[in-house]
Amino acid sequence: MAQRPLTAMIGPGGPPDCAAYGLAGGWRGARRALRDLTPDAVITEVTDSRLRGRGGAGFGTGQKWSFVPRQPARARRKYLVANADEMEPGTFKDRLLLEGNPMQLVEGMLIAGYAIQASEGVIFLRGEYHLAFDRLERAIAQARQTGWLGRDILGSGFDFDIHVHASAGRYICGEETALLTALEGYRAQPRSKPPFPQVGGLWGAPSMVNNVETLCNVPHILANGAAWFRDLAPGSPDGGTKLFGVSGRVRRPGAWELPMGVPLRQVVEDCAGGMRDGYRLRAFLPGGASTAFLDAASLDIALDYATVEKAGSRLGTGLAILLDDRACPVGMLRNLEHFFAQESCGWCTPCRDGLPWVERLLAAIEEGTGQPRDLDLLADHVRLIGPPGRTFCPHAPGAMAPLASGLDLFRDEFLDHLRQHGCPRRMAA
Amino acid sequence: MSTADPALPPDLPPDLPPDLPPDLRDEIAAMMAATDHPHGVTVGALAAVQARFGWVSDAHLVELARLIGVSAAELDGVATYFNLIFRRPVGRHVIMMCDSVSCWLMGADALRARLCDRLGIQPGQMTPDGAATLLPIVCLGHCDHAPALLVDRTLHGDLDESRIDAIADGVRAKEQAREQGTERGTEQGREP
Repeated sequence: MAQRPLTAMIGPGGPPDCAAYGLAGGWRGARRALRDLTPDAVITEVTDSRLRGRGGAGFGTGQKWSFVPRQPARARRKYLVANADEMEPGTFKDRLLLEGNPMQLVEGMLIAGYAIQASEGVIFLRGEYHLAFDRLERAIAQARQTGWLGRDILGSGFDFDIHVHASAGRYICGEETALLTALEGYRAQPRSKPPFPQVGGLWGAPSMVNNVETLCNVPHILANGAAWFRDLAPGSPDGGTKLFGVSGRVRRPGAWELPMGVPLRQVVEDCAGGMRDGYRLRAFLPGGASTAFLDAASLDIALDYATVEKAGSRLGTGLAILLDDRACPVGMLRNLEHFFAQESCGWCTPCRDGLPWVERLLAAIEEGTGQPRDLDLLADHVRLIGPPGRTFCPHAPGAMAPLASGLDLFRDEFLDHLRQHGCPRRMAA
Repeated sequence: MSTADPALPPDLPPDLPPDLPPDLRDEIAAMMAATDHPHGVTVGALAAVQARFGWVSDAHLVELARLIGVSAAELDGVATYFNLIFRRPVGRHVIMMCDSVSCWLMGADALRARLCDRLGIQPGQMTPDGAATLLPIVCLGHCDHAPALLVDRTLHGDLDESRIDAIADGVRAKEQAREQGTERGTEQGREP
């Protein structure tokens, strides 16, 4: 049976406490890191594991850590931030880890903090995750009581503590520079780079922002070694397992830990039980709302970063949203662009003004007042605000990814809406 | 905010004390003392005021700004930026229904319309008796149980018409319990 280190301790009985976590194999990675390895050796181990960031961008984790200046914590304050602001529509993986085994995140942060020699860890948690907040607070208190957080951990001379910051909600807070601005108590607007957070982040200090799932992989890499982690995904260019999942009209929507590189067909058919009776898969967003549509013929591509990119989309968060043949693609795009327009922070003009315009165009097409030239206007938006670099952050390019692919893939539906002056499905209902 | 807003019942906002209570001021002062960067407490301090009164009034915002050492305009800029800080009164229960794509695909629009009918309000409004406010919310991370909504701290998923009706009835039952003085502590987590 395939190993599933990330979720092995997650069960219906609630999260393990500090002692149970240790008895089940927890803390081995932290013990090895702090007792046997230098911070640089920890970074090397994680780099060798080929762990790539699980928040969506997929950057090499060890490489990212290596960008942090090397002085020890006592010489220069540094911060480690766990990005637990999971607000991308269709994404629900970090909640599983936060609620199911918060101690695993604490251990991952301890090891990451040691690697970059941070003195302080912050968990940036979205405000609606009440259960996760309570469980994280409990886990941190227990870890502090038992000496896994605090001063001189394991006699290593390393001091590290964690606190939870409950956010007050804005999707843009998931973008790492906006997240840091939010932590400083300002409106969460992204910052231009450079400086990169690794050098000048929270309060101007070197700061590392890693996704929850990324950090939860770290204890296992340190406990079992980089080669073991790479072997979890045989034949894949990316190491380890990943939480993959689906939402939409399948029999059993959910998330499952599977080796990197599995095909989505395995997730949809084996794990989720296939489409519900009367529904057929039309297309899917492979990794959340900000990824491009792929059609049903792409169900067999391997879910790894390079393969999904080659197919024209992004692996993103690895949680696919399925469009079935009975839902309106134009309506789905309208919903998606409503979200992006609403959640634009307003900092950059193309995003602030362009996204509401896109939403209005889609609404007009769906409600029957659209004009044929609206399709050209939508394509103009894709061309003008879709490419990276036109805005401070990836929000607007992310918003254009489903639209660009949707305009191609669902062109006939768009034309039907224009010809029939409204949504044919709604009119037939 | 404007008290003349037609979305608000005429007998609101509730009669709030003009000043922050001393213990709340102490709590915020302690938050500031615990960090090298007191400016970082703005969201936490706004949330603390809201936890006490349900929302952040103009008077409380001005006093809080003075306490933190920022201008009221800057603090208002932060308060109005975040989805979960309320600058107008909300009901005793806040219902947040996800309007994002996974819930939309599973028929959330029709269920929201039903909930609006049951509560007699539109999204963004409060019931006339001040019992509940209905708000849209970005993806609750419960997409595997879509459609989903959050009532205060309790997450409800796999919504259908009967569950929507039960949630609306549940809010009314809580209100009755409150009136009779038998309300239990705040629920949290997921529905049983």
